[in-house]
Amino acid sequence: MKYSAFNLFREGLAGHKGWPQAWRDPEPKSHYDIVVIGGGGHGLTTAYYLASLHGVNKVAVLERSWIGGGNTGRNTTIVRSNYRQPELHALMELSLKRWEGMSDEINYNVMFSQRGALFLGHSDSDMLQLAQKGDAMRADGIDAELMTRDQVAKLIPLLDVSPTARYPVQGGLIQRRGGTARHDAVAWGYARAADRLGVDIIQQCEVMGIDMVGGRATGVRTTRGVIGADKIAICVAGHSGRVAAMAGLRLPVESHLLQAFVSEPVKPMIDTVIMTQSLHCYISQSDKGEIVLGGDPDAYPTYSQRGAPHIIEKAAAEALALVPSLSRLRMLRSWAGTTDMSFDGSPIIDRTPVDGLYLNGGWCYGGFKATPGSGFLYAHLLATGESHPVAAPFRLDRFETGHTIDEPGVGPMPQNR
Amino acid sequence: MSVMWRLADGGLIDRTKPVRFRFDGQAMTGYAGDTLASALLANGVRLFGRSFKYHRPRGLLSAGVEEPSALVGAGVGGRFEPNTRATDLFLYDGLDAVSQNRWPSLSFDAMAVNQLIAPFIPAGFYYKTFLGPPSLWKLYEHAIRAAAGLGKPPQLPDADAYERRAAFCDVLVVGAGPAGLSAALAAARSGARVAVCDLDARPGGSLLGDPATIADQSSTDWIASAIAELEALGARLLFRTTAFGFYDHNMVYLAERVTEPGAKPTSGDIAQRMWRMRAGAVVLAQGAIERPLPFAENDRPGVMLAGAARTYVNRFAVKPGSSAVVATSADDAYGAAFSLDKAGVKIAGIADLRSEDEISPAILRRARERFEVVTGAHPRAALVGSGRAKGLEVLVDGRARTFEADLIAVSGGLNPSVHLHMQAGGGLDWNPRRGVFTPVSPRQGQLSAGACAGHTILSDVVADGWRAGLEAASRLGFSAAAGAAPVVLSEPLDAGVCAFAPAPGAHLKTVFVDPQNDVTMSDLDLAWREGYRSVEHMKRYTTLGMATDQGKTSNLMGLARLALNEGRPAPDVGLTTFRPPFTPTTLGLWVGEDAGFHVTPLRRAPLYEQHAAHNPPWQAVGYWRRPRAYIRPGETLATAALREAKTVRERVGITDVSTLGKFEVSGPDAAALLEKVLATSVSKLAVGRGRYTFMLREDGFVNDDGTVWRTGETRFLLTSSTGGADRMAQLLSYVRNVLYPELKVGVANVQEHYAAVAVAGPKAREVIAKLFEGADPPRHMSSARGSMAGVPALILAASYSGERAFEVYVASHSAPGVWAALEAASADLGGCAYGLEALEILRVEKGHVETGGEIDGRTSAHDLCLEKMLNPRGGYMGALAQTRPAFSDPNRLQFVGIESLGGPIPEGGMLVERPGFAVQGHVTAAGVRVLEPGYVGLALLRGGRAREGEELMAHSPTRTMTARVRVCSPVFHDPAGERYRD
Amino acid sequence: MMLIPCPYCGPRAQSEFTFDRPVEAITRPDGSAPELIRNLFTRDNPKGPSRELWRHTYGCRSWITLTRDTVTHEISDVTPVGASQ
Repeated sequence: MKYSAFNLFREGLAGHKGWPQAWRDPEPKSHYDIVVIGGGGHGLTTAYYLASLHGVNKVAVLERSWIGGGNTGRNTTIVRSNYRQPELHALMELSLKRWEGMSDEINYNVMFSQRGALFLGHSDSDMLQLAQKGDAMRADGIDAELMTRDQVAKLIPLLDVSPTARYPVQGGLIQRRGGTARHDAVAWGYARAADRLGVDIIQQCEVMGIDMVGGRATGVRTTRGVIGADKIAICVAGHSGRVAAMAGLRLPVESHLLQAFVSEPVKPMIDTVIMTQSLHCYISQSDKGEIVLGGDPDAYPTYSQRGAPHIIEKAAAEALALVPSLSRLRMLRSWAGTTDMSFDGSPIIDRTPVDGLYLNGGWCYGGFKATPGSGFLYAHLLATGESHPVAAPFRLDRFETGHTIDEPGVGPMPQNR
Repeated sequence: MSVMWRLADGGLIDRTKPVRFRFDGQAMTGYAGDTLASALLANGVRLFGRSFKYHRPRGLLSAGVEEPSALVGAGVGGRFEPNTRATDLFLYDGLDAVSQNRWPSLSFDAMAVNQLIAPFIPAGFYYKTFLGPPSLWKLYEHAIRAAAGLGKPPQLPDADAYERRAAFCDVLVVGAGPAGLSAALAAARSGARVAVCDLDARPGGSLLGDPATIADQSSTDWIASAIAELEALGARLLFRTTAFGFYDHNMVYLAERVTEPGAKPTSGDIAQRMWRMRAGAVVLAQGAIERPLPFAENDRPGVMLAGAARTYVNRFAVKPGSSAVVATSADDAYGAAFSLDKAGVKIAGIADLRSEDEISPAILRRARERFEVVTGAHPRAALVGSGRAKGLEVLVDGRARTFEADLIAVSGGLNPSVHLHMQAGGGLDWNPRRGVFTPVSPRQGQLSAGACAGHTILSDVVADGWRAGLEAASRLGFSAAAGAAPVVLSEPLDAGVCAFAPAPGAHLKTVFVDPQNDVTMSDLDLAWREGYRSVEHMKRYTTLGMATDQGKTSNLMGLARLALNEGRPAPDVGLTTFRPPFTPTTLGLWVGEDAGFHVTPLRRAPLYEQHAAHNPPWQAVGYWRRPRAYIRPGETLATAALREAKTVRERVGITDVSTLGKFEVSGPDAAALLEKVLATSVSKLAVGRGRYTFMLREDGFVNDDGTVWRTGETRFLLTSSTGGADRMAQLLSYVRNVLYPELKVGVANVQEHYAAVAVAGPKAREVIAKLFEGADPPRHMSSARGSMAGVPALILAASYSGERAFEVYVASHSAPGVWAALEAASADLGGCAYGLEALEILRVEKGHVETGGEIDGRTSAHDLCLEKMLNPRGGYMGALAQTRPAFSDPNRLQFVGIESLGGPIPEGGMLVERPGFAVQGHVTAAGVRVLEPGYVGLALLRGGRAREGEELMAHSPTRTMTARVRVCSPVFHDPAGERYRD
Repeated sequence: MMLIPCPYCGPRAQSEFTFDRPVEAITRPDGSAPELIRNLFTRDNPKGPSRELWRHTYGCRSWITLTRDTVTHEISDVTPVGASQ
């Protein structure tokens, strides 16, 4: 049933008994054209675009627990394309354009709010770096605007812009088309849309092994049986290395951890997404009123999804230095996700050396904003066998060849990102 | 009115200390020892708040931190704390509390109109509507955001400070109730160092609301003697202190509420104190939280947890209602009936879900002596009058029967608090009869004891606490004789049956499971019908358990409903994860003393005060602050910088370069080590000579540059950039200790040991000659040791500016005297001090690459035209990685100079053929010619090394600035180096 | 907050240490390019016990190798590294 105000009203009169299941719960078939391993946002958008753009719907998305339970359900919901490196802003902008029509396209309100993504600059040199980023974006047709301190102060009245602050605000670079979205809704919306096109979404189905015949991947062994496939698409950020190892591959990826936390909900206080050139914290306010905060990663490999508290202390200190009136708000929840750290900070969307096996991973902590773009590009690769030009730079072998795409220029070690 | 609700005597309040406070502007009084909740009850207040979505009237559900409904804003200005539980705020004089989420008032809330459209706004309704273009969503969102949120956001910075402390103990006991105090006594007597924390203002836990006899004493006396003994045994007792986070390896974070929400601190300026407690062993005695019952209109004011009702009577001497019906599925609530009865509350009856034979006979008999007890009674709906509960309808054998009462005291049994156990890592066992989880398989060996381990009878609770305390202590090697456990005589009590299902025919749309977020049983069923069937999907779709009470009274009921719909037992359906904080923790507490200016350290170079005297604009470089220019009256930053640069080119200037990285490398293998770290050779350097050098990262890109000097046969001094100094220190240590531990070499980081002043210009040699004693000023790229201004000095002759220059190294504490001498000597020759802006102008004109500019972590030696200096023998960091194919791509971004054919060049601007055309590079630095007019710059340009002479545009759309430029050599000033070569 | 037993300082909080790399990624710059590329740019990335190089950066600044489980964070077999042994 189509989602609409009219149907909501009609069902309201009837006790909401008519809404069908958002996605079916089918038994896995014995064979698919394409098996996508990983039911997060990226895996689900991949399946959707395979079916909707390429007419390939003999597709299964295999999720070891519940869809969207990985990083799609753990991020801080920021959407933007304000990257300095042209390969990256091209990728994120392709994604941002898909965000702009998403709710209508999939008939599910993902609450994409283009309220602006602002990078603060705290010095002349910060402002020069921001101007450079803005110039690079604008030269490639992406929106970016420099703001003065007064303009920033007007946009975010509770920001400490006094010149005696430890990190005085000098201005910023804003991407007005950036903002936030409701992360769970993206997973659910794409699951429903893909399901309607015939894709099988199979939860509680963990891949335990990849079957190979003569060096070619032919299927997966799962907790719900053996499933054959012409193409197998890995899409499990955080566990890319584990799954790839089932086919004997070592990846340029290390699993780390990123924490985030939210406050108790309050009335509107911060309307823009705040990030900063000099500090590592980021601040926004959800539609429920909770202030969403994050900071540095924990800086060591772990699958525990359990972060250390001193990291939160630092993130809170930086956030409060920027917005002092956050101090009396209370942290309500904290959580962490397992990040797929690549060795240049940029993702990998490519075939692997194993025939029939593909990889989409290495998104570090920047994957959520790329959700629709990632799926679009991965679907293109899977369906046509060729990388889309925007995806082409994100090859698996770029670490061997040296064609790395390193936005902050900090090198291969993930803990330095 | 207030006299009527407050009992004439009894309770643990201090009637000699009346307290004045305000609620929604109305003046009221209470007593010391009251919470805001108990004081409001005593004043006859029954309406405490409004729910999140429907703005339904809310009363008081509990007497503890599990409270979902009675939320207030406490305090004013820089002390204002929204979303404060009235049950978790101890009354203080001058408290100013306001209700939330209502307009214009609590009793008349305009948003209550939402109740009329409730059928159309169930859980998740917003996913199905408000579709359309994002611009339309912005309009809807504005209204949604204004309606969302509960409390008002604070507008001012915090008026008070927070403190964080580290502490250590052998045994940490979380909870000072009967189990916790027993455990603490057992452990302390065994000889262990014990710490006890409890979130309440006083010890006693459940005994405060439900007094008993322990070791032949009243519980009040027993608690007091336990505390006295613990103090005498040296235990650390922390009250009003919540253990909120259990981290790896027995690190437990505690929040001590030194000052009540909104109050002015009395002891110092501390609002709260965080304890980072590392324990040898942890005993969790957190107790249990009572569960409400599911029936229609169960969210109405007047519905209260039975244990809470008992607590209000026994601890706070307040009647929570005038008449009561107790609806229960466990024996414990009968105690509430007895207490309410004794307090003069008219008991309409006890409605027990269980059958006669499931109830403890002694309790049942005692109850029937005083009131009617109806068994097999399934509550179906609260009766409502004026928005509040006025009675309860139950089903008995399919027939309805009502009790009239303004207080409905409910109990679905007690839920062991397993939060910290699960945070620490562990498993859960399911008790299907009671419908509770109990802790098992502790991953960090944490010991759960008492009610939080599943016990419900006081004698078991005390004995279990004792056992856990002994075990914790003995595990750590403390086994002194502890004596016998306190003796408690308890009558048997049935722990009860689970009561997750509402009675048949109950109107599910008003069976509230999460009262703060307005999540009803019908919402849970809708989520299940729509396929949101994992517990996490159900929680996120309906927002069950995501309110400020974190689902303490609702999560399990939601899980049970899901299990029922799934047709599977509850533990199979899964559980949402338990994460810190156990109760919400103030953000300022997490920050502690790192607030405001102290968020990161400020590193002051030795000459900081000398610069500060001129009040220069500062440049942040990492944690350092360096002066950008010494602006004179009438100057701007730009004109001052140009003047300083001109002075350097024409006469002499001095600048502070103390923050550069500096390393002493010495030993027989010093050169060998350096040739593994540096990309250039050093072994050919004669003693007393130096050279420019640079280092690669392991992946072959240039990491930093600097200089290296052989100051002795086996001794070198290495310098690097300020920004790269910490990276350099780490790299040297890694190479020396991890990769080549066999080398005979020592490395010392002397960055802070030496201050350094650069003296540059045609008259620099004159300045040095005047002050340097014991040796001649060294030749270019040579060093010399002597003294200056009476202190030992090392001078390195290297030029960054393009003029003859000398870097004077002295011990940091000697710097001020040397600076003063150099300042005076150069002033005599018409020179001046220069800052970072001038330094930048000079280096741009000279074409020096800089870390942070051209060295951006993505450029190779070849990109930066440094390849000729690479050590041909290889073997250095990054040597192998730079053989990768990408490094020889001719189209790489390569270092070039650009000169403007017109106006100023935008630094950071893109290099394009024309605006709108593809980007081919960017301007890394923009400057001016110092001694003649003209704008110049440095850039990275695709295939730039082969494009000299080409004309491009440097374009900045963000600053609306464009300049036509020509690609050229980056060395604009004195390309032959005649100004400093000997 | 892991407790890491520094061989010189005793058990100290993880906030005093920095992780450097898994031991398999330690490569001398004077080896072969393929070996460097494999060691530096690929990882076993185990979900379980991992042998790692850490440094007590905010303490005695010594380097140590240890075995740490990347799921449970259990730590064992801590060995000092470097010239001082």
